[in-house]
Amino acid sequence: MENNRYVIIFVFILTATVAVLLTFLREATKDQAALNEEIFNKRAILSAIEDKTGKDSGEFTDEEVVQLFEAKFTQKVVNVEGETLEGVSADDIDMAKEKKKPESERRLPVYIYEDGGDKVYVLSVRGNGLWDEIWGNIALAEDLNTVVGAAFDHKGETPGLGAEIKDNPTFANNFKGKQIMDNDGDFVSILVRKGGAEPGNPHQVDGISGATVTANGVTKMLESGLENYMPYLNDLRGEGQQGMLQEQ
Amino acid sequence: MSTTTQEVKQAEKEPLFGKKERRLITDPLNDNNPITVQVLGICSALAVTSLVYPSVVMAVAVVFVTAFSSLATSLLRNYIPKSVRMIVQLVIIATLVTVVELTLKYLNYPVYKQLSVYIGLIITNCIVMGRLEAFSMANKPWRSFLDGIGNGLGYGLILIAVGVVREVFGKGSLFAGSPLEMKIIGNTEAYWINTETSTMFGWYANNNLMVLPAAAMFVIGIIIWIQRSRNTKLVDVS
Repeated sequence: MENNRYVIIFVFILTATVAVLLTFLREATKDQAALNEEIFNKRAILSAIEDKTGKDSGEFTDEEVVQLFEAKFTQKVVNVEGETLEGVSADDIDMAKEKKKPESERRLPVYIYEDGGDKVYVLSVRGNGLWDEIWGNIALAEDLNTVVGAAFDHKGETPGLGAEIKDNPTFANNFKGKQIMDNDGDFVSILVRKGGAEPGNPHQVDGISGATVTANGVTKMLESGLENYMPYLNDLRGEGQQGMLQEQ
Repeated sequence: MSTTTQEVKQAEKEPLFGKKERRLITDPLNDNNPITVQVLGICSALAVTSLVYPSVVMAVAVVFVTAFSSLATSLLRNYIPKSVRMIVQLVIIATLVTVVELTLKYLNYPVYKQLSVYIGLIITNCIVMGRLEAFSMANKPWRSFLDGIGNGLGYGLILIAVGVVREVFGKGSLFAGSPLEMKIIGNTEAYWINTETSTMFGWYANNNLMVLPAAAMFVIGIIIWIQRSRNTKLVDVS
């Protein structure tokens, strides 16, 4: 019983059985799992515009999430030069994969929420926290400058410290009303400032005590992430201004 | 007459829920608890217990894995070559953990995201493999199955107890993230006791330590303390 042939045959049969079993199970659950993941990601976008939808992203049912995206969202994918990429859906962009590419090759998803003439642009950013990756969605108002909402998430930041970027709604709420550009239209990003934001400074938010590295990670993520969007945003602003001039 | 004795004999041999079988389930809940007495599976007990809901999901997942890996190992115990038995046990455990992972992805994606790496880490949970080595390799399938359920429940019981303490004192809620969510105490109107307006509880603030994994260590320590002061025969064991 203990000879090598028996061992090899036993292990071979066992692993083959297991492989077949798991393959079937995966195939059977694959579609629903993909849909679940898509809804999960869409909820993350909705949580950045809670002020606009008037509802907590968790309060929507799965069907409502899908319907809302069909009815009120348009999406596009741009590159770092601001050019719109055809033939690809923002839903298919995996920011984790894009982050690994060189910056010039990255594809960036843009979700545009329209409700009664009110336009909101939701941009995705991804960076590194203390232990692992962090990411977020930033919603900009129609002026492409003022933040109307933000939502962050993380893979493995310390609960109670770095994880507060997600768990403590105050952190994300502090971003509301901040601006990513100065009065000349130059990009300055938003700084998460240790020791608290300077009063009245539109480019700073309060840091989290005990989570300096994660907070710095958010600062860096916003700086590099939003900067990649700047060519696109500038083009949009250019178009907007031309439109206004023509109207005048 | 002869038939009744035969029946009795058979019942003695393999009763479905005899005294021994019941002990297989109840022992790990108290006298031989995998966490508080054997001190196994501490890592995941620290990591996933900051909220009750993920603790419950984790407990169910571990009960499933311990029960069915024990059953499968016991069924195969006479065929498993001794030289590769641990690898075979790991294959069985890993298969069941993958089943749990796929099922969770299918049924509840947010919880899958929340438990993330800890589902995969059930594979390395000492309780599972410990029971396979110590019990299932030498016992019949039904008893192994019960032993697996018992140990899974013993683990889950402590997990949920720790989760309740940590969530209530750390977040002021219970079952957050599930449809049963209860907001107990906090500083907005959504909570039953609003510390902003309540005169009696105006001083109350959530204990941030409870959110950290270290708090689970304290809570488990206190549970062990209470258990041993009530159950003195355990004191000599350690």
